[in-house]
Amino acid sequence: MGGHWVRRIRDELGQELLRDITLVCLAVGVVGASYGAITVSEGLPTWTPSYMSVVVFAGASQFLFTGVVAAGGSPVAAVVAGLLVNARHLPFGFALADTVKDHRLFGSYLMIDEVVAFALAQRDPHRRRVAFFTCGVMLWVCWNIGSLLGALAGTAITDTDAFGLDAAFPAVLVALVLPGLRDRTTRAPALLGAVIALALTPFLPSGLPVLFSLFGLVLARPGRHFEEVAA
Amino acid sequence: MIGTTAILVSGVVLGAGTYAYRAAGPLLRSQFTPSLRIQALMGIAATVLLVALAVTSAVADGREPADLARPIAVLVAGVLAWRHAPFVVVVLAAAGTAAGLRLLGL
Repeated sequence: MGGHWVRRIRDELGQELLRDITLVCLAVGVVGASYGAITVSEGLPTWTPSYMSVVVFAGASQFLFTGVVAAGGSPVAAVVAGLLVNARHLPFGFALADTVKDHRLFGSYLMIDEVVAFALAQRDPHRRRVAFFTCGVMLWVCWNIGSLLGALAGTAITDTDAFGLDAAFPAVLVALVLPGLRDRTTRAPALLGAVIALALTPFLPSGLPVLFSLFGLVLARPGRHFEEVAA
Repeated sequence: MIGTTAILVSGVVLGAGTYAYRAAGPLLRSQFTPSLRIQALMGIAATVLLVALAVTSAVADGREPADLARPIAVLVAGVLAWRHAPFVVVVLAAAGTAAGLRLLGL
């Protein structure tokens, strides 16, 4: 009985996609553990990582919050920095509005980068919906278990760079986004956006360069694309 | 450093702000339906952001440049993905390359 919906999800998404999500889940769990360990080793209370992982659930901004506070910054500065990094979730929400329309409040809560990328990689709307919620719930569980274990383990696991996990995050995004880039209407704005973000990275605080990539949209011609499709 | 109340309040503000970003689109979407052209544009915008996120996190942590191992590893992942390698291979190759290069002292 309990296995019924698990089997249904497996049938709808396929073995391969579930395996991919599971892999990202494990990676996210380990990064979550490093987040918990780093946060506690910086002197914040043991409950902080779990608290943040539940109420915020946005890895980059959580790391940044710990970093700013650990460097002696004020809580206000740490929150502002976090909100700046998370501003990209606004356009994500607009892009996935249809995908989460049956569970808008819950779906919005699960909207982290990897989940957005996994969902957008699915063309079929129904499959996209199932992928979004499956991936979202799985990553939420992994991130929270990781944060908790990391906080309890303390300084045992702080250097995930030794395992190359810092390279795994951009690789996950690249793998999920590349098929979409074979489409010319997306490729030109994405490339221009990447160049803009890279050029601004040394000069602007975290989060802003990624937002400025949206200027790449000046090369977007979705209208023309639809005419081509119609023709 | 920072007290219990400050952490609790910070978490609520950061959490509420982040949730507001995420929920704005889905909540507004129930009020009106944008044109197909706008919907397509929003899909492209999300991809543009993800690509920028991938590229910037491949070469830097905030304003600080990353070591050489990370961009090389992500480049390897990009080539594999372009050649239609399975997702698992792409991600493990990235982590393995970065870890291996660091073991070699890069």
